[in-house]
Amino acid sequence: MTDLLQRILPTVQKPARYTGGEYNEIQKDPAQVRVDVAFCFPDTYEIGMSNVGMRILYGVMNEMDGVWCQRVFAPWGDMEEAMRRQDIPLWALESGKAVKDFDMIAFTIGYEMCYTNILNMLNLAGVPLYARERKGLNQMVFAGGVCTFNPEPLADFIDFFSLGEGEESTVEIVSLYDRAKAEGWSKETFLLEASKIPGVYVPSFYAHKYNPDGTLAEIVPLHGAPRTVTKRIVEDLDKAYYPTKMIVASTEIVHDRANLELFRGCVRGCRFCQAGFSCRPVRKKSPEVLYRQAVETLEDSGHNEITLSSLSTSDYRGLKELTDEMLSYCVDNRINLSVPSLRADNFSRELMMKLRTQRKSGLTFAPEAGTQRLRDVINKNLTEEEILTTCANAFSGGWDHVKLYFMLGLPTETDEDVLGIAELVHKVILTWKEHASNKKRGLRVHVATAYFVPKPHTPFQWEKQITPEEYLRRCHLLKDHFYSKSVEYNYHTPDISRLEAVTARGDRRLGPVIAEAARNGAKLDGWDEYFNYQIWMDAFKACGVDPDYYTIRGFGEDELLPWDPIDVGVGKKFLLRERKRAYEGIITPDCRHGCSGCGANGLLQEVECDA
Amino acid sequence: MLRLLFEKKGRAVWISHLDLMRLFQRAFKRAELPLTHTQGFNPRPSVSIALPLSVGVESSCELLDFTLEGAEVPCQEICRRLNEKLVEGIRVLQVYEDGRKLKDLRLLSCRVTLEYDNGVPSGAPEAVSALFARQELLVEKRTKNNGMKEQNIIPMIRSLQVEAGEKHLVLNALVYCQNPTLNPALLVSAIEGYLPELTPSFSHCARLEIYDEQEQVFR
Repeated sequence: MTDLLQRILPTVQKPARYTGGEYNEIQKDPAQVRVDVAFCFPDTYEIGMSNVGMRILYGVMNEMDGVWCQRVFAPWGDMEEAMRRQDIPLWALESGKAVKDFDMIAFTIGYEMCYTNILNMLNLAGVPLYARERKGLNQMVFAGGVCTFNPEPLADFIDFFSLGEGEESTVEIVSLYDRAKAEGWSKETFLLEASKIPGVYVPSFYAHKYNPDGTLAEIVPLHGAPRTVTKRIVEDLDKAYYPTKMIVASTEIVHDRANLELFRGCVRGCRFCQAGFSCRPVRKKSPEVLYRQAVETLEDSGHNEITLSSLSTSDYRGLKELTDEMLSYCVDNRINLSVPSLRADNFSRELMMKLRTQRKSGLTFAPEAGTQRLRDVINKNLTEEEILTTCANAFSGGWDHVKLYFMLGLPTETDEDVLGIAELVHKVILTWKEHASNKKRGLRVHVATAYFVPKPHTPFQWEKQITPEEYLRRCHLLKDHFYSKSVEYNYHTPDISRLEAVTARGDRRLGPVIAEAARNGAKLDGWDEYFNYQIWMDAFKACGVDPDYYTIRGFGEDELLPWDPIDVGVGKKFLLRERKRAYEGIITPDCRHGCSGCGANGLLQEVECDA
Repeated sequence: MLRLLFEKKGRAVWISHLDLMRLFQRAFKRAELPLTHTQGFNPRPSVSIALPLSVGVESSCELLDFTLEGAEVPCQEICRRLNEKLVEGIRVLQVYEDGRKLKDLRLLSCRVTLEYDNGVPSGAPEAVSALFARQELLVEKRTKNNGMKEQNIIPMIRSLQVEAGEKHLVLNALVYCQNPTLNPALLVSAIEGYLPELTPSFSHCARLEIYDEQEQVFR
């Protein structure tokens, strides 16, 4: 650590996030390292260190001979200010080496509102922002993560994208780079060879042409690049690499615990959910492997809490077997087992009671819509009866806190649907009055509404977003219909969700907007302390880009979509069919009741879809 | 109850007190040394650190009290097993039974380094020595409810020597660390307040050793 940094650390908040040196951090002898990768997470240490994807790929790359992957996070504002004042370029935690001196610079992107952080981090590192400005083989910037299923807004800045799950493809990519560096390839040669790796998308190999009305006319592959790039998946999760030696942060992070993925993909098909479609097909880990990895991780890390995560935990077939085994281990070893994303079914209710430890957490539901009609439209198979039965159970068991999450602005939504939320909440309160074991403590119902953001690769990818004004009108309408003091209602401000809608479905014309916003100080947009809507609005204006084009306009079904060259396994025909069913109010039963033919099983060769 | 003596140096000095407690709890778990837990509504592993250390201060004399569940493990083995599972900069020096009562811990030997990038101003060592020879030095101290309070720090300094280098001054001080407590950083505040021309470019502190009232090393 430099003397300069020693002097800065006492002046910033939470200095331990900038020092590295945590338990299980990987150190290597630089003399033995042929390729080093600066693995950047475009948000703060506390968020990035909680990210399971980053944890996995850090392990994958460091398992490779001659490769050293090091972590980089976005500094908080106070540290950034000090770095700029003292001319300290962004560095990697493991060795303290400047990011600009790395061979490869990787980003994992899970949230649209971190796009400015990517540019700000490159800028802090002293790395040219635009891919075309980086001429050499070094400073090769690549990115993956769920947002890169529409990579176009970042096409100007990122040399190539690694689409889908990275356990295998990252090894192929870094190995190719190793060879390129040894043989002295040019950047162009490397990109050309990289584009032959399945799952690799090189944006500069695609020319975008527009119609006079501004819609996309054509996407032309160049240099023999494939017309579509299909995301990568790991077929057999039991055999996939999983790091049971995780870095244990020395300071508190957001998810300060061990974490295990039960399965990938989702059988549910909620029509608004990007993960639900883009992470298919469904592949499970066996309970035996999970139990072994859980014990290994807990023993190695010393954590006293573990989460079993997935998109819909109740759909894991081995859940009973696994939780029975895990519970007895966890009780013996004073470990908290947390099982989020449970559905409101009978088994889950029993499990919830079993898991109930000293701390009684709240009960959370995400009905998303207030009426059964609208829940059918979005294919959210959660009924009022299920919610109320679970509430009744919980209230008689002593729970006195419920959280309910909804969206406003869903396709076909009317005021009746909005008021349906108030009605449902009212019924929850009545249920409490009937079943509460201790009424003296009162009931708290937290209701939150989000502003619906249509996402790529979902049946709603063509939908209009309602205007911010209309969204706020619906929020106020709802607010006026809550009469009970037990209800606390929060609604998201529309600004961020509007920008999310722009960036989620954006095309290459957004590149200059993001660059302009970042240049004017937009950063840490996901944080209230820093988010500045005006900077973004000014950037749209300066670049002559109309945000409404991406939000309230809606996309035509026959329109070429910016993300059409990206194949996530689920076909466009299926999405169109689902969209039609949504408008007809017809649900599509979950995959366990029969395959709905989304097409994602086409990605599998060795195993069957576990739906 | 057992006690361990540990040092906190290098990158680890930036770990806060609460984070350090968590870090030790995990290290015990990794070392398969189960801690007993507090009774009550929200059981917590029973570890406590004698004198919370400010972030950024290094120390070679930290004490941590703990109790283990289950079969007895020899002290030396506890020491070895913990050191295998700790992070860089935190090292257990000694584990022992029958530690003295913490209320007898009174004095702390510390080293405060004041760095002057343009060289130590002439006459600085003498001026600083004279300053701490006064009867009264009022320094503002943050109180628990976030207010500020003036406090005379002289009665809390048992001895203080000034050592001068080319670009730094070192204060070797023996100060009270319990009833009352003097944060060594206030020695710098005193210089900055009374001798503003001697405000250093940068300063840092280190804890060297702890003693009882009679200046016997405290364990």
